[in-house]
Amino acid sequence: MTTYETRGLVNIIVDPGKCIAEKGCRVCIDVCPTDILILDLGNGKVRMAYDECWYCLPCQHDCPTQAIRVEIPYLLR
Amino acid sequence: MKTRNIEVDVLVIGGGTAGPMAAIKARQKSPQLKVLLLDKANVKRAGAIAEGMDSVNNAIIPGYATPEQYVKEITIANDGIVNQAAINAYAIRSHDMIRELDSWGVKFEKDETGEYAVKKVHHLGSYVLPMPEGYDIKKHIFKKLRKFGVEVSNRLITTRLLVGRDGRIAGAMALDSRSGEFVVIRAKAVVLCTGSAGRLGLPSSGYLFGTYENPTNAGDGYSMAYHAGAELSGIECFQINPLIKDYNGPACAYVTGPFGGYTVNARGERFIKSDYWSGQMMLEFWRELEGGNGPVYLKLDHLAGETVSKIENVLHVTERPSRGLFHEGRGVNYRSDLVEMHISEIGLCGGHSASGVWVDESARTTVPGLYAAGDLCNVAHNYMLGAFVFGQIAGEDAVDYVVGKEQAQIDEEQIESERERVFAPLLRAEGIPPTQIEYKLRRMVNDYLQPPKVTSKMEIGLQRFAAIGEDLKQMKANNPHELMRAMEVYAILDCAEIAAIASLYRTESRWGLYHYRPDFEERNDQDWFVFVEVKKGADGRPQCFTRPVPPYIYPLDENERDAYSKMRVDTPLAA
Repeated sequence: MTTYETRGLVNIIVDPGKCIAEKGCRVCIDVCPTDILILDLGNGKVRMAYDECWYCLPCQHDCPTQAIRVEIPYLLR
Repeated sequence: MKTRNIEVDVLVIGGGTAGPMAAIKARQKSPQLKVLLLDKANVKRAGAIAEGMDSVNNAIIPGYATPEQYVKEITIANDGIVNQAAINAYAIRSHDMIRELDSWGVKFEKDETGEYAVKKVHHLGSYVLPMPEGYDIKKHIFKKLRKFGVEVSNRLITTRLLVGRDGRIAGAMALDSRSGEFVVIRAKAVVLCTGSAGRLGLPSSGYLFGTYENPTNAGDGYSMAYHAGAELSGIECFQINPLIKDYNGPACAYVTGPFGGYTVNARGERFIKSDYWSGQMMLEFWRELEGGNGPVYLKLDHLAGETVSKIENVLHVTERPSRGLFHEGRGVNYRSDLVEMHISEIGLCGGHSASGVWVDESARTTVPGLYAAGDLCNVAHNYMLGAFVFGQIAGEDAVDYVVGKEQAQIDEEQIESERERVFAPLLRAEGIPPTQIEYKLRRMVNDYLQPPKVTSKMEIGLQRFAAIGEDLKQMKANNPHELMRAMEVYAILDCAEIAAIASLYRTESRWGLYHYRPDFEERNDQDWFVFVEVKKGADGRPQCFTRPVPPYIYPLDENERDAYSKMRVDTPLAA
């Protein structure tokens, strides 16, 4: 099911080397229509928290450092 | 759980297409008014056109089409059940809206002389205007929101409207899905632009958010309008679309048709005359799938490589840009492979079919001061451009409506009972996750409401929906985000019940697959040439009644009436 915080395979992949969320960037978190991206307080980077992705891509397109890659959710692939 | 109070003149709910235009036009007309635009997401990327739009499906450009031709075509496509005055209100403003958007920087396709390059996709006339560079439309709209000083508030999910003691609209209540704050907004006029009910049926992939519509469009507006006492119209005229199987995005014949793409069956034969989305076309599509001639495919492999590249540059870039990734994952290349299609789950949508909140040609609902625009209102086949135009109409009319008015007097009890309903899932110690209830509810929608609509199945469906209604008392949310999902489940359940009740009420078949009832196989114009309306009754339950079709502005000739009933290709054409 879907609202538990995703522990397995996520389809929004954030490159921690490129993500600049710890510097205050919130672009992807802000543009996501379903509000499924959160700041991981552990490493200061963004991660997908809910399996509620519409694979619509604003997060990927609006990211200033190209840190995000969206894949098609497994059930649809 | 603090309560925040806001007071404005005009409240616009929904930051997708119609909503921003309503807010812009209200401020443009009356800059001293306080106008607030809300969205459950972020207005920058909210709504059905979050990533862009690849074509205008209903452009009425002089030289290609007239308002009369367009209104007649939509009347025919909807088996006559339309309010021509509302469709005409769109039609006469269509060209001006395109020009205004053009002046804002939105890109529409033009030919070498600078004229709009209109294409023919509909059964009769030419109304499709491609937008190969339509990916930045939201950015242009957002700039205008800033320019005209519209106040914007994001991540607020509106849960109920406020109605005054005198019956006119008084505002709305919302939940902040980040902070968990309860927000009470008092307004003299409210424009509802919350989109379709796109999370009604369950996609066959089983993925809750793998919907055709933006999944934030969960039907909140239908539910809110209903509970505020507004009349809903044509709910039994479901939205069902021909989509790419599993990906569940448009195939998209509107874009590929003008380049020479079309739909074929498993034998590679054309079976429908027009790929324009209508219930009649969907019925033939369904018959092909069910009759042993499926799967159905979008065929592009006969086109020249450079033509296919042009198509890819639209379909893989604008409206649903992850499409290319999907095809790549399956090893599908348009140059050599057919694209498998299927029939979508059901939804409610004025913009694609005709199921919405009843509005007149001024976008007024039956509740004074409450407007509806965009996919939520019942102006048939209105699509994106119709949403912009009805947003404009609503915003401008709302400005006139609020003149000299004070905020309506309300009973505070409305606010207290809503507060209690909204926060109950959060305060409960344990219970069922919202998504589990949503999954079961939407599976039942598929099992009992997906056409063909069988009377006894819909009756069982209503029993299941009632049982799920009881389950809501056990729904448990752990944080404001899950609480937003919990509130959406309430709205989806309302939509499911209303969809079943309206479908049972209309005892005939109409609109092809959208309302195909094998128990009443024929269209019956003598008894059912009327709108079916649903409203909350005195007992708090949905009540159905009929509303006459207003006299036509543009009467149809006898030989035009049934043009959309002849969708099937007479003898199969070899591809």
